[in-house]
Amino acid sequence: MMIKKLLAAGIGLAMMTGTALAGEVKIGFITTLTTPAGIIGKDMKKAIELAVEQMGGKMGGLDVNLIIEDDGFKPDIGKQKTDKLVKQDNVDFVAGYIWSHVLLASRKSVLDAGKFLISSNAGPSPIAGKLCNKNFFSTSWQNDQTPMAMGEVLNQKKVKSIYIIAPNYAAGKNIVAGVERTYKGKIVGRDMTRWPQQLDFSAELAKASASGAEAIFIFYPGKAGGAFFKQYEQAGLRGKIPLYSVFTVDSIALGKFQKANMQGVLGSQMTNFWAPDLDTPQNKKFVSAFKKKYGTYPSFYAAQSYDSMFLIKSAVDAVNGDLSKKDEMRAAMRSASFPSVRGKFTYGKNGMPIQNFYLREVTKDADGVWTTRIVSKVYENHQDPYVGECKP
Amino acid sequence: MPPFIQTAKIPMDLTLLTIQFMNGLQLGVLLFMLAAGLSLTFGIMDLVNLAHGSFYMAGAFISASIIFWTGSFVWGVLLAIPLVGLLGLVTEFLVIRHLYSRSHLDHVLATFGIILVFDSLVHIFWGSNGISVPLPVWLDGQVEIFTGMVFPTFRLVIIITGLLMAVGLYILVNHTRLGMLIRAGASDRTMVSALGINIQLLFAMVFTLGAVLAAIAGMLIAPITEASIGMGGQIIITAFVVVVIGGVGSMKGAFVAAMLVGLIDTLGRSYLDDLFKLVMSPGAAETAAPAISAMAIYILMAAILAVRPQGLFPPKVR
Amino acid sequence: MSKPSSSAIITAIILLALAIIPVTASLTGQGFYLDLATRLVCLAIAAVSLNLILGIGGMASFGHAVFIGIGAYAVGIASYHATYGDFDLVATYSGLFQITLAVVLSALFALITGAISLRTKGVHFIMITMAFGQMMYYFFVSLDTYGGDDGLTIDVRSQFPLISFDNPLQLYLVSYVVLLISIFTVWKLANSRFGMVLKGAKANEDRMRAIGYNTYIYRLVAYVIAGAMCGLSGALLGNFTTFISPAMIDWTRSGELMFMVILGGAGTIIGPVIGAVIFVVVEHFLPIIMNLIKPGSGLYWHLPFGIILILAVLFARGGLMGLMSRGGDDE
Repeated sequence: MMIKKLLAAGIGLAMMTGTALAGEVKIGFITTLTTPAGIIGKDMKKAIELAVEQMGGKMGGLDVNLIIEDDGFKPDIGKQKTDKLVKQDNVDFVAGYIWSHVLLASRKSVLDAGKFLISSNAGPSPIAGKLCNKNFFSTSWQNDQTPMAMGEVLNQKKVKSIYIIAPNYAAGKNIVAGVERTYKGKIVGRDMTRWPQQLDFSAELAKASASGAEAIFIFYPGKAGGAFFKQYEQAGLRGKIPLYSVFTVDSIALGKFQKANMQGVLGSQMTNFWAPDLDTPQNKKFVSAFKKKYGTYPSFYAAQSYDSMFLIKSAVDAVNGDLSKKDEMRAAMRSASFPSVRGKFTYGKNGMPIQNFYLREVTKDADGVWTTRIVSKVYENHQDPYVGECKP
Repeated sequence: MPPFIQTAKIPMDLTLLTIQFMNGLQLGVLLFMLAAGLSLTFGIMDLVNLAHGSFYMAGAFISASIIFWTGSFVWGVLLAIPLVGLLGLVTEFLVIRHLYSRSHLDHVLATFGIILVFDSLVHIFWGSNGISVPLPVWLDGQVEIFTGMVFPTFRLVIIITGLLMAVGLYILVNHTRLGMLIRAGASDRTMVSALGINIQLLFAMVFTLGAVLAAIAGMLIAPITEASIGMGGQIIITAFVVVVIGGVGSMKGAFVAAMLVGLIDTLGRSYLDDLFKLVMSPGAAETAAPAISAMAIYILMAAILAVRPQGLFPPKVR
Repeated sequence: MSKPSSSAIITAIILLALAIIPVTASLTGQGFYLDLATRLVCLAIAAVSLNLILGIGGMASFGHAVFIGIGAYAVGIASYHATYGDFDLVATYSGLFQITLAVVLSALFALITGAISLRTKGVHFIMITMAFGQMMYYFFVSLDTYGGDDGLTIDVRSQFPLISFDNPLQLYLVSYVVLLISIFTVWKLANSRFGMVLKGAKANEDRMRAIGYNTYIYRLVAYVIAGAMCGLSGALLGNFTTFISPAMIDWTRSGELMFMVILGGAGTIIGPVIGAVIFVVVEHFLPIIMNLIKPGSGLYWHLPFGIILILAVLFARGGLMGLMSRGGDDE
């Protein structure tokens, strides 16, 4: 009996929450709020809330209704939540997605319903290539691009051999493929570790150290990155084999590293499309407002999420809030005319940005806070290598 | 794409083999600290405690906070131990105590509930970011064990601590009155209660001892991997594998199995790809090696149980 | 049984509610609740199958989710090759073939692993079934062709004459009928001589052996039936989510199936279904309710859920079914 009442209550609840108010634009945002990766989602959430606040809660005359859902770091949960956003909340845009596998699992639910899908982080190769869709846009990058830039940096630095250590999952394999695509030296070893369970890299570090490689290249997002840096240091490899990384050191990790006084991270180099000191008007506005409101530097995840909101705003503004004009909204987004933290960029036909990539390094700012700053520009207007497979 | 070149010397490099052996040993002693308590509660109280890993996590977080508060790693560990002990006692009193007379299925359900509660509490008190725990300078370096062989000091400390604790447990179990009761309990529970021993007190002590051992393991791993939510859930499965391979309730079994699992896991990660390259194409080896090395300990367990359904060292009279 | 027992009444209410509420939700435009119910029913089938071995046979399998994975991958892989070519042996959209494949592969896997696992008892059995589950988890992670850790999107659902799985209501009704058949099968088995031997072996194995029953064979047969049934639920779940990933067969998912069975009432006929209902309903509504009380607190729904689990064990012996039907005719 209780069950029946509960179900009935549930349906009542649904009817309350499911009704769409006229005069509002609904934006669903999928990210990770639980598990240790929840810290990334928290940073993204801060950024989109800041963006909406700066917009005065309005886009094209409509009230913004943000619905944020937690994917629990699992693709099937992410898909369930996406289905809820699409079917129950009837959102106009679905944005977010930290993880490639969650995005891949969820894309069909959004795109089949004719909604716009905005990736604020994940950029798996199929979505840029054979699974590309006219309603998909990214405010981040395709997975291969950042490590391709790193491969180029290694060439410029005349590093003759590297040892690669990365997690054994799809994004990990994309990243490794990316660096191998451009790096011209010798790859003396490659270890793909268990993901996300493995946090102890003693065996891999010992192999890398014995391999005689001139440098180590890693990709470890989230807590594994911190663990790797510590163990690299504890193994005494700093000063012996330089460590290059992508998506491993960000403002979230740096706060933790500084608290633990891990001096070895200072000077560490990585590639990225963005840095807090990138000199564009929108970025200055974003970074100073973020620091003022939350007291920390934003991460690149936050920067991308912030851009997602302004991309959506450009679409809603273009049609003055008439959300039925899908084609006009799509054209507005395609033109990439919104103010982006990365400055001016364009979109490829697969909805992936064609943009600059920079080499950045960890440094102290004027207040002694650890952050990253741009060292040099590696790529100008770089496009992902999968766009050729996209037949929209 | 540049050609993938495998340096031929790796498989035969003795220094590297020794280092990997020690890395395996370090994982082994860590697993032993977890498995010891698990095996005791299993063997004596017949309790399937999925929440054992929660004490591992609690140890890491509590010690991390005290380390930042006092600025001393040693004080952090020493002060955290009684706190975790108290946590163990309270958990035993509130929940575990009521489970002894119940079925394994009830244990699984209730202790899974405990995991959810602990994980949520850590999320509420410490946030989801985890804590990177700094090491004092004297522990943060490396030692040269012999020429050309450098090993992180702190990992060596873990190995030594773990081995000392194993010796301590050996003495406790074999040469004290408490140990006699523990041994008797592991082989025949009804006999111990027939002796007029305060079973409730004995059980609470054993449970707390196990919780503290797990928490110390967590405190020791935190400076290497950080303290993070869910860290217990990941390692507890491996600890269960150790207990089952060794034989439920057997300290000797837990020790042997922990070393076996630690070495197989580490050496698998180190050498399996090279081994596979001898018999298959490099591409296939690179795909297969991580998969098989991840499966290795489960394959080992299934194989051992298929031949010896009670594990390697089942306690006598069960 | 001239007078219907309390458990029979509960069973009827639950099954009727599952027939009426989702269909009403669907017809009134609440498609999401139909989705929730479809997932619920698929999980309920898996829980019912687990109940056959866990509740009735006393075999606490901690790797049951692996059969959901095998069933779903059987559908996904057949569909994948029908779309992208290669592996002609299984490449087809035919639902009959895919479901047969799912059931046969699950049964085969159950036969092989069951033959080994059933040599062990008690906690060793729990752990060895978990080990086989983890092996399959890493096996699917390593299958790059089928997405590995990313999972596999099922682009085209199983195709049948007359019915279409692309219609959510039809998919739900089919799943519901399969659930009814599963419940009926387990009920029939439990009350047959086969079931009596299983229950007897659970209570006192030595006596059953002494009477001359080969309990090992009986258990193995039950294990294979449960595996096949769970594979079927996986095939349906794969068709529902149109996505399958190794995360769905992780040990925690096997744990969730166990909780449904134990929470609802192991060994009872309708208990596992109640467990599945509670699980899905709590998972969806608890965060919403908590957010209504204090915005943002829904994130911590695991805390009250954990406490509920502990209290359920401490105060509701024999699961909720045991609580509701004290004095009923089950067990």
